[in-house]
Amino acid sequence: MNFNAIKVIYKFEMLRTWRTLMQSIASPVLSTSLYFIVFGSAIGGRIQEVDGVSYGAFIVPGLMMLTLLTQSISNASFGIFFPKFTGTIYEIMSAPISYFEILIGYVGAAATKSLIIGLITLATASLFVELHIAHPIWMLTFLVLTCVSFSLFGFIIGLWANDFEKLQVVPLLIITPLVFLGGTFYSISMLPPAWQTVTLFNPVVYLVSGFRWSFFEIADVNVYLSLFIVLAFLAICMGVVWWMFRTGYRLKS
Amino acid sequence: MSDIITIADLEKTYHSGHQALKTINLGIKNGEILALLGPNGAGKTTLISIICGLVNPSGGSVTVDGYDIIKDYRITRQLIGLVPQELTLGAFETVWDTVNLSRGLFGKKTDAAYLDQLLRDLSLHDKKYSEIRTLSGGMKRRVLIAKALSHEPKILFLDEPTAGVDVELRKDMWQIVNKLRASGVTIILTTHYIEEAEEIADRVGVIRAGELLLIEDKQRLMQKLGKKQMTIELRTAITQIPAALAEYDLELADSGEQLTYTYDTRSGQTGITRLLQDISQVGLTLKDLNTTQSSLEDIFVNLVHTE
Repeated sequence: MNFNAIKVIYKFEMLRTWRTLMQSIASPVLSTSLYFIVFGSAIGGRIQEVDGVSYGAFIVPGLMMLTLLTQSISNASFGIFFPKFTGTIYEIMSAPISYFEILIGYVGAAATKSLIIGLITLATASLFVELHIAHPIWMLTFLVLTCVSFSLFGFIIGLWANDFEKLQVVPLLIITPLVFLGGTFYSISMLPPAWQTVTLFNPVVYLVSGFRWSFFEIADVNVYLSLFIVLAFLAICMGVVWWMFRTGYRLKS
Repeated sequence: MSDIITIADLEKTYHSGHQALKTINLGIKNGEILALLGPNGAGKTTLISIICGLVNPSGGSVTVDGYDIIKDYRITRQLIGLVPQELTLGAFETVWDTVNLSRGLFGKKTDAAYLDQLLRDLSLHDKKYSEIRTLSGGMKRRVLIAKALSHEPKILFLDEPTAGVDVELRKDMWQIVNKLRASGVTIILTTHYIEEAEEIADRVGVIRAGELLLIEDKQRLMQKLGKKQMTIELRTAITQIPAALAEYDLELADSGEQLTYTYDTRSGQTGITRLLQDISQVGLTLKDLNTTQSSLEDIFVNLVHTE
């Protein structure tokens, strides 16, 4: 195992975050605050409570998931796409590193960044609403699993994309709608029955539901089913990355 | 001298169907400077890329220091440093950070003393904490060399190291290469600057359309394939070569005042003395004489265009 290589890739990627501190940290804090002002105060003033939880607090897990998903995908996809785009990937590919080690370095750094941003989002939210986390271990489990699995997904997008448009198309046109329609700002029980069934095909519903359960013990679906969906998504991403590395997809001619 | 790299029946066909390499067999000697010459698209970069692990071969094998480049990739890549053709560098990291990254990728711990010395040798030390984007093209090229040498490789691949650089920097590069060779590093460089091969290489390989046309010691190649010519300037112009001189390989210039004699330097008798006597006997008076030897460029052009 080339631990030094993993360490330098990880450090190098993290260094990029510190170099762009405003963009990496300040931007999610600002957007979370804006969501609270718009959804928490403006809309929350009319909704009051959902399943016995104040609307402001109810949206916190969903907001965190929104941030985690978008940040994990964006960090990981950009992390591997940029060296491909500039050509500096040659250095990684000609070094004595296994694909697994490359993956740990890049995905580890991307997941760490989104984990930090998720926690900052949580800290920002606690300034607006009173928060109580009923199951901290479950909360951390969902937090870490989401960061890792969506960083893996972002890594796949970064490998697949061969231009900037492709890099943006999946997060913008698929992930963002799925997150907004995944119960981020509402309980799916508030939807008409037909739409409740349709919504269950959205994997983000399970993430938000499980994560929300860890805070307030209220969920749209069983928490074990949520955990299973996250693990299944992680396994699928691992399988795709394994295939991409085995075939040298978009990396080796 | 033993071979440090052995290439056997190496082939590469890309998905597009383009056959970039056709059964290449080549041994690269430990400690030598080998120049691979060839026109654009000849397969030079593909060959280097396969050895360094950037491109998968379609057939054949490559061993580095006795280890297979695919099965034992961790060992073989540890021995190799690669300087790519393009200036592929990040923009915002410092020179120091980027050379440390390179060293770490090869599994080595930071060695400030070694890296400091390396930057000094490459005249980069005063730019140690400069962001790469602030450096000139020549400096960036040096950074690429520093990155390739950061893990102390035994073999260095230089893919078109002086493409697009000015004459002064090119000479600096040659000095760097000579210093590296003196320290025992085996160097393989691709180039289409013939003078570069002529100046620094020990052996020269010529690749065209994926085939290795020849691989030869530079001096021997120039002797074997090089021609020497003697130009004889006449005091009075003539209209045709006199019949008494017909046995010689002579050419008369259009002006009629210059005869060019082509001869073989390897043969015991060049025929120069006898020719000069015969010229005198037919009554021609000499104004001046000079000799020239064909360069590697002439040899290369001949090879690439006639085979």
